[in-house]
Amino acid sequence: MKSKTWIIGAGLATSAVVAAIATAAIAQGPVTVTIATVNNSDMKTMESLTSVFEAANPDIKLKWNVLPENELRQKVTTDIATGAGSYDVATIGTYEVPIWAKNGWLNSVDDLFTKNASIKSSYDLNDILTPVRLGLSYNKTLYALPFYAESSMTFYNKAAFAANKLTMPVKPTWNQIAGFAAKLHKPQNGFYGICLRGLPGWGENMAVFTTMVNTFGGRWFDPQWNATVDSPAWKAALTFYVNLQKKYGAPGSTGNGFTENLTYMSQNKCGMWIDATVAAGFLKDPKQSKIVDTVGFANAPTGPGTPKGSNWLWSWSLAIPKSSKVADAAFKFITWATSKEYIALVAKTNGTWASVPPGTRKSTYANPEYQKAAGDFAGITLDSINRADPTNATKDPVPYVGVQFVGIPEFQALGTQVGQYIAGALAGQYSVSQALKLGQAAATKVAKEGGYKK
Amino acid sequence: MMTAARRSSPQKPPSHPWRMFQNVSLGLLAWLIALAFFFPILWMIFSAFKTEDQAFATPPIIFFQPIFDNFVKAFAKYGHALLNSLLVAFGSTILSFVLGLPAAFSMVFYPTKRSRGTLLWFVSTKMMPPVGVIVPLYLIFKDLHLLDTVWGLTLMYTTMNMPLVIWMMHSYISEIPSEILEAAKVDGASLMQEFFNIAMPLATPGIASTALLCLIFAWNEAFFALNLTNVDAAPLSVYISAFKTSEGLFWAGLSAAATLVILPVMAFGWSAQRQLIQGLTMGAVK
Repeated sequence: MKSKTWIIGAGLATSAVVAAIATAAIAQGPVTVTIATVNNSDMKTMESLTSVFEAANPDIKLKWNVLPENELRQKVTTDIATGAGSYDVATIGTYEVPIWAKNGWLNSVDDLFTKNASIKSSYDLNDILTPVRLGLSYNKTLYALPFYAESSMTFYNKAAFAANKLTMPVKPTWNQIAGFAAKLHKPQNGFYGICLRGLPGWGENMAVFTTMVNTFGGRWFDPQWNATVDSPAWKAALTFYVNLQKKYGAPGSTGNGFTENLTYMSQNKCGMWIDATVAAGFLKDPKQSKIVDTVGFANAPTGPGTPKGSNWLWSWSLAIPKSSKVADAAFKFITWATSKEYIALVAKTNGTWASVPPGTRKSTYANPEYQKAAGDFAGITLDSINRADPTNATKDPVPYVGVQFVGIPEFQALGTQVGQYIAGALAGQYSVSQALKLGQAAATKVAKEGGYKK
Repeated sequence: MMTAARRSSPQKPPSHPWRMFQNVSLGLLAWLIALAFFFPILWMIFSAFKTEDQAFATPPIIFFQPIFDNFVKAFAKYGHALLNSLLVAFGSTILSFVLGLPAAFSMVFYPTKRSRGTLLWFVSTKMMPPVGVIVPLYLIFKDLHLLDTVWGLTLMYTTMNMPLVIWMMHSYISEIPSEILEAAKVDGASLMQEFFNIAMPLATPGIASTALLCLIFAWNEAFFALNLTNVDAAPLSVYISAFKTSEGLFWAGLSAAATLVILPVMAFGWSAQRQLIQGLTMGAVK
């Protein structure tokens, strides 16, 4: 009797599983566009406006796959490389777009505009900021549309500066930053002179540190792809970075990335922070920040080598993989989500222009309402993005494109590896020379094994 | 008389103050260790009721006005992922038993000369790092249209849990005296009757504890879920990863989602604590 019950139970449960699967398979409505994205606040707003897009386009249904940044890259790469076609829109950055375009993984946005003339006429492609547009192009062809873009800048605590009788210039140098940090640093009061990324990773500490290397006059490779990580400029930059962090940095610096430093800064525990311009919105948000009225903004610091490459360029963009079977519907969506109308819709929905996706369109910065809402930081953000030139970011010539990265597929691994050596130097595990020697070996290996160095 | 009785009774606790002190100290130590193990979960539950800046504050905030906003947000996509997790966890556990129980039974009572090797081969499949097989698996799933399907993930977890079922059930069924089955045979029982009417009822505690382990493993698995599902079949392990962001604060929201995710599995665990411990000590370790 017991065994019969067991068999019936097992049978019923198995049937339930199969029935649920069958129901899911049958339930198909209009064309479905599946979007892979990250959980950043601008993307969350985009997802929340799904119903607005679907109401205007009843033949298209949107599905969202939200993942952490690294998992998203890995998963979308696998999906596109195997031609599985699970995604119709992928949220990718300035680093991936040219590499993926070169691999033939992305649909050309230019071709899709040619095919859809009506969308082209209303979209106003010339309104997109030129550096952002160039960053998303390969061989002069556009492969993605920017959802929001950012550079890097300096945030500082105006109250702490006033209390110490300090004045932040609009364009500070790294030496000035070190001088300010020394005076602001009061660890006994839980207040630290400077917050900088120390968490290892190509998109973490290496984003900030590569801009330091650039502006100290260094580069990753010379035009013949000889690694230059052990050059005097790298040594000067790393010595400066390690001293600055050790003497005046926040505690636990090798574990501090964007999020941790945002916390220190927003909780009134840090005098200065050099990081992504997108943080300006967070520091001005009363729900997250205690320094809404006392946060000041300046350009990213420049070093003794060159002003070039001192601030990075990044944009989160929407691209359509070649494997998508509904590229036209996906194109309708990405042109909607990156349009002027969408930006106005976000302002209307959130009740403020300060929270619109920044850094993509000239019209946003020309809008008086945006200037009013984001006046403190709008000008510096726009200026920083316009100054960032991925094709000319170093004092001496280089064979690669990119400000805070080297635009080759191997850089993700190389950047993270060298990032660990830099963090090792910060933690006292390696000396500056040892860290650079290890970094030089890693970069040399990549240049040789990647076939770049002939 | 009374004194003699007290002396002779081994159950009576010692009244010596030193022994009492030892007992109290051991009790306190046990509580401290339990608290240390439970503290991360407790802190996560606390953080779920905080605002983002409270969750991140240094020094940590202990007294605060609890809010429920994080749970409201976390609930938005919870139902679909919970249903997927339940279907996949129970579906794969049932399938693992449907295939693994007869295998374990036959290897115990009807062994061949290759049974031992086959048993070792089953467990060797657990030694392969998942990342080493993900690309071929992905291609197979793609060709069979199993990507982002509950059925596909159920199959994946079945292959993951079946070796566990076979090993643990092999261990349990081995404890059944062969004389019982021989007696049943003498009484004219068929093979199916031996399996369903004799072996299975005797192995019930083993089935319960192994099933619970399978459920927990399937519930917690994240690597295959992240790689083989997207939207429709995404279980709770994928749902929770979506709360992480590289820009902005997210600990309070993530804590609320994590609290919701662990609730069902904690309920399973609490309701079957005894079987779980029995299963761990008698199955895998033996």
